Amino acid sequence: MSAPTLAAGGRARRAPVRPARVLLHVFLAGTALAWLAPLLWAMFSALRPYGETSAKGYVSWPDTLNFDNFKNAFEQSDMTHYFVNTLLIAVPAVLLTLFLSSMVAFYVSRFDFRLNLFLLLVFTAGNLLPQQVVITPLYRMYLLTDLPGITASGKLYDSALGLVLIHVAFQSGFCAFVLSNYMRSLPHELTEAALVDGASVWRLYWQITLPLCKPAMAALATLLSIWIYNDFFWALVLISTGENMPITSALNNLSGEYFTDPNLVASGALLTAIPTLVVYFALQRQFVSGLTLGANKS
Amino acid sequence: MTTDTTTKSPEAADAPPSGAASAPKRAARGHRRLLTRRDRITLAFMAGVPTVLHVALVWVTALASIALAFTTWDGIGFDSIQWVGLQNFRQLFADNPQFWPALQHNVVWFVVLILIPTPLGLFLAVQLDKNIRFSRVYQTAFFLPVVISMACIGFVWQLVYNPDTGLINSLIGANKPGHYIDWIGDPKLNLWAVLVAASWRHTGYMMILYLAGLKGIDPSLREASSLDGANEWQTFKHVVFPTLRPTNTVVLVVTIIESLRAFDLVFVFNKGAQGTELLSILVTNNIIGESSRIGYGSAIAVVLLVISLVVIIPYLVATFRKERRS
Repeated sequence: MSAPTLAAGGRARRAPVRPARVLLHVFLAGTALAWLAPLLWAMFSALRPYGETSAKGYVSWPDTLNFDNFKNAFEQSDMTHYFVNTLLIAVPAVLLTLFLSSMVAFYVSRFDFRLNLFLLLVFTAGNLLPQQVVITPLYRMYLLTDLPGITASGKLYDSALGLVLIHVAFQSGFCAFVLSNYMRSLPHELTEAALVDGASVWRLYWQITLPLCKPAMAALATLLSIWIYNDFFWALVLISTGENMPITSALNNLSGEYFTDPNLVASGALLTAIPTLVVYFALQRQFVSGLTLGANKS
Repeated sequence: MTTDTTTKSPEAADAPPSGAASAPKRAARGHRRLLTRRDRITLAFMAGVPTVLHVALVWVTALASIALAFTTWDGIGFDSIQWVGLQNFRQLFADNPQFWPALQHNVVWFVVLILIPTPLGLFLAVQLDKNIRFSRVYQTAFFLPVVISMACIGFVWQLVYNPDTGLINSLIGANKPGHYIDWIGDPKLNLWAVLVAASWRHTGYMMILYLAGLKGIDPSLREASSLDGANEWQTFKHVVFPTLRPTNTVVLVVTIIESLRAFDLVFVFNKGAQGTELLSILVTNNIIGESSRIGYGSAIAVVLLVISLVVIIPYLVATFRKERRS
């Protein structure tokens, strides 16, 4: 971020209040407000009791605004349970993806083997495929894989493990690409000296290269946790028991089963969005840099 | 994974500038010579384990999709797999009333995303790049939908579109019996209704990509242009936009892939019923629907795969060729 210099330049140019600038602000503020309108509308509906909206209509002045719908949605549908499901999928998936893809990236970027480019190509291309291209055989494969005693369902199908594996396999394409670009920019001398001193390859990876990749890893971790949290499709197809679903796809079932009024649906939907919003606001910089890390390099 | 080595020159671009042109070459060779047997085994595992997982779950299944597309299979035992040649495809192209609309909707999806939210995202990025006050606040407002899951976006927009209680119908007074506008149910309207929500999200995504691209432009280029007396539009057209070429490529690829992947939003809206069919929805319906027609579903997946590869391969070849050169 070159914020300081830009800010200085901006201030110099900003000095007098120009009508064009004011107009721009009016435009941007208006557009931003319009942009948030659907979310604000959902919030407004969620804050109002069902009885009041059905009597007065949804576009009406509110008499009562409270968090009852949020509380009801949370309790009625046992959301804690689904949040835990998500946690059990997302945490291992993010960590494993970073671990495995950083190893591939290390291999590809630090050594000069003939297959390197091809390997990276395989990973990157795999990540760009639409999920539906692989789902039919994957679904069958998951049904055929017996894991008695390892997963509750006795199969890869309908298990958290199955979701973790496909997330790792799919997302490591993107991460390997980004991390290999990042590692390539690290000076070669660092690992070289250690290698001459007799350090093992594992040490070069674990103690020298990985610590230097922290910024990229942090950016990717933010991005991955939001993506995996938001996953709807894999869980929809590869999980059959509603109880085993992560929160995002569980909401789809819940909206039909438990929620009879739109205000409750609104609060349920907004509740599922809270964790991603928290992550985004806390780690905004990492998130955006991760997104553009992949895009700018290519 | 073999540990073949090569004499191909390594990344000279990242070497320090001071007369180091030949240093990395030597370093790479040195690396290789210094590798012990154990190191080689470690390396083989480091690359091998992730590769096996990725290839098994992504590429083997993609290839299996192709193979299954030429068969029928009830999914129960392997012996019920029957080779039927092109029958699935023939049926798909000639008899399936949903296939051509789905393909068409995927194309419409792309055309809309590239014509409306993409230029809008670029426009917003250019405005926000002027270092105005509250830039961060505006940026966050536009970007927020990208952070939220597509499924959640589906629910939020349903609240807007609901014929009875939705925002739009309530505002325009179309929520009385007899006056309903059924945004999600009407096959003439629903695709456009979904596309509004998809565009809403896509704009923020494109804005961030373009903002990053704009930040990378050398400010002296713009200064030179304004010294030459170019106005804002001329500078954008002749200086800024041409230098955004790499970003434009990424944006194009991302937009095509997103239109092929489109699924969650439509599924939450109306499960891809009349008017919003998409290839991805048809594939999924063959799995989670009541009838499990594996061969047929795979044939649709193959169509999706072929279209994706037409985009992915040239893009990656160009990207990696550039990388190899540097």
